[in-house]
Amino acid sequence: MHPKRKQRLTLVAFLFAGVAVAVGLALFALNENINLFYPPDQIARGEAPVDQRIRAGGMVLEGSVQRDPGSLAVRFTLSDMAGHDVPVVYEGILPDLFGEGQGIVATGRLRANGTFEASEVLAKHDENYMPPELAELAGRKAPEGQRAGMATLDAGG
Amino acid sequence: MIPELGHFALILALMLAVLLAVVPMAGVVRRDLTLQHSAGALSAGLFVFLLLSYACLTQAFLQDDFSVAYVANNSNALLPWYYKVSAVWGAHEGSFLLWTLIMGGWTLAVALRSEALPTAMLARVLSVMGALTVGFILFLLMTSNPFERVLPVAAAEGADLNPQLQDFGLIVHPPMLYTGYVGFSVAFAFAIAALLSGRLDAAWARWSRPWTNLAWAFLSVGIALGSWWAYYELGWGGWWFWDAVENASFMPWLVGTALIHSLAVTEKRGVFKSWTVLLAIAAFSLSLLGAFIVRSGVLTSVHAFAVDPERGMFILVFLLLVVGSALALYALRAPVMRAEARYEGLSREVMLLANNIVLVVSTAAVLLGTLYPLVYESLTGGGKISVGPPYFNAVFVPLMVLLLLIMAPAPLARWKRTGAAQLMRSLSKVALASVALGLVLPLAVTGALELWPVLSVMLGAWITLALLVDALERVRNKQGLPAKLRGLKTLGAGYGGMVLAHLGVAVTALGIALTTTYSTERDVRLAPGDSVTLGPRTYLFEGVAPLEGPNYVADQGTVRVFQNGQPIAVLHPEKRRYLARQMVMTEADIDPGFFRDLYVALGEPLGEGAWALRVHDKPFVRWVWFGGVLMMFGGLMAAFDRRYRRLKLRDQAALAGALAS
Repeated sequence: MHPKRKQRLTLVAFLFAGVAVAVGLALFALNENINLFYPPDQIARGEAPVDQRIRAGGMVLEGSVQRDPGSLAVRFTLSDMAGHDVPVVYEGILPDLFGEGQGIVATGRLRANGTFEASEVLAKHDENYMPPELAELAGRKAPEGQRAGMATLDAGG
Repeated sequence: MIPELGHFALILALMLAVLLAVVPMAGVVRRDLTLQHSAGALSAGLFVFLLLSYACLTQAFLQDDFSVAYVANNSNALLPWYYKVSAVWGAHEGSFLLWTLIMGGWTLAVALRSEALPTAMLARVLSVMGALTVGFILFLLMTSNPFERVLPVAAAEGADLNPQLQDFGLIVHPPMLYTGYVGFSVAFAFAIAALLSGRLDAAWARWSRPWTNLAWAFLSVGIALGSWWAYYELGWGGWWFWDAVENASFMPWLVGTALIHSLAVTEKRGVFKSWTVLLAIAAFSLSLLGAFIVRSGVLTSVHAFAVDPERGMFILVFLLLVVGSALALYALRAPVMRAEARYEGLSREVMLLANNIVLVVSTAAVLLGTLYPLVYESLTGGGKISVGPPYFNAVFVPLMVLLLLIMAPAPLARWKRTGAAQLMRSLSKVALASVALGLVLPLAVTGALELWPVLSVMLGAWITLALLVDALERVRNKQGLPAKLRGLKTLGAGYGGMVLAHLGVAVTALGIALTTTYSTERDVRLAPGDSVTLGPRTYLFEGVAPLEGPNYVADQGTVRVFQNGQPIAVLHPEKRRYLARQMVMTEADIDPGFFRDLYVALGEPLGEGAWALRVHDKPFVRWVWFGGVLMMFGGLMAAFDRRYRRLKLRDQAALAGALAS
């Protein structure tokens, strides 16, 4: 074969193999690792899948946070402040700005009894910041503000 | 008065940027040397006014001028002076002013250090950089003016800098990162200038190589610093989260890494020319995309600036304009580029091509994962998802293993063609030794064989030993150790830089694999006097005591660490409440070490003196960043290789000869 063509062929073969492997890996991995977001009303209506890793977001209902005296277990109620509540259990250290009346996003699994088992809780880390998911939920645009951050805590890695 | 001066200086800088974008380029078109020569002076003027503007904002911070909205929102009279100075880049407006100032700095540096460049080429490069600066300053003035006043003065005290940012990390991380980000604009400008001139020969690659290495060095250390900062500041011991903003800085790095390798091939061998140009365009475009992701707030992130659709829109339009016109130009001119040389199956060209493909594919995978939530939302009409770290790990890690595999033979391979037998001879012993080390070391130290430690030690040894073999082969003909060492020196700074940077990659990879596998952590409830055992060490909690800082109050815990009954460290993690924002912050305390970090963070008080504590044992975690530091030194060393100066003079002589004849 003409060396020039051979050179091109190597290039094309390399590219093709690389792209094929990457697309395969990426699609497989994406399929496995997408976490769908559900607001409290959808979870309360039973629209969220059970025993699948999902994200749930809302406000921590005032007066709902209960700590276990002997361990790090905590339970609280996630609410959309429109009458839809989801009970949440979590074991571990909560982020600094976690508090009653605060907006949070939790990652975890919904159990058949309707309880959400969180493995990770994100709280907004600045009074002016609103995660995009919650902004829409609250039915308002996130307010303008300064640099902000989210603190996350991951239970048990 | 001073903020107005800063605002005015910024407007003047805009005028100069417009002139820089137009005048030298017009000079090129009209073959007017005087106009072309104006580029240097305009670059200097642009930088001076940007600097003045920046200094004015800094002064407003130092003077606690709370009539300036940006100062009032991000500073406080109680803030120590060094945080006031760095608070300038603590939020969106000021950080973008810093970005623009750094852009001006790169422009001036190119103007000063390129006396050997043909005048027309330099004029084109500086004009392109001027045009980009116009966009940046317009963005500042139209959507993000840091000098805006609130009159009458509403705030007497200032809202304070976000406590998370009151840290050494803020002082060093953003300037380094931005210097890297913006530095890719130089490679971009050279690529565009080369496309415009139609002269896409090896000289173009040679001119832009040191600049690209420099930008890459800054970006490497910027990312490493960011990771280190997140590790100790966020209080939960993670050092990489595949967060949208992290990815935004990582993608230009990946493509930039591909670019510095591809530039090497283009310079030395005159091939991959159009590919290199494309990479140069891509690296800077990804920097801009990063700015868009960070500043538009479209994605949930650890560091999102507050959402402002107008800003996001401006950057998006600017990004599309830059990428669109660059690609259009590329489409027009790329067919002109012709390869000058041939190469065969086992040449260094092919190895570097493989490197490029792996890096670009990795970038695409990261890009897909980062933007997928947006794609999904628009496809499903509002469905919200997030793509978790497992996706990125599943795709990225195998690709990096592949990359590390190629990293050993590539420096040994020769240009054009390499004898397979020769390569085998050099590497078979290396391969054997690496496999042996990979099996023996983890087993000897931990008594167990686990996949990632074994694989990473093998790959680390594979890269390191291959570099060693290569260096030894290069001085094979020298007799005696002193002569060999002198021989190594003559290999040049470029070669040394490559060795350092590759070692850095190996060290980082080892650090990542080892710390991920061997790290342990526990969240526990501890009353004073309670202790928890993690690995070989026991952590004794002695309770907390109140502490008063300059602008916060804190509960400071005391944790004594024992190993084999011997005290080895005392840690003081804090829970701070910053007064101005009434914001609570976890301040972890770390006992750092080359082989392990001990990391303790306070959770929340659980009543009766008991606290939630998070205790981490993190072996080898520092290697992750130490590798980044090695990469930085490697990049710097390569950038300042004398060879470029020598070759520049040769180019100059050749050009003079061409003009004379």
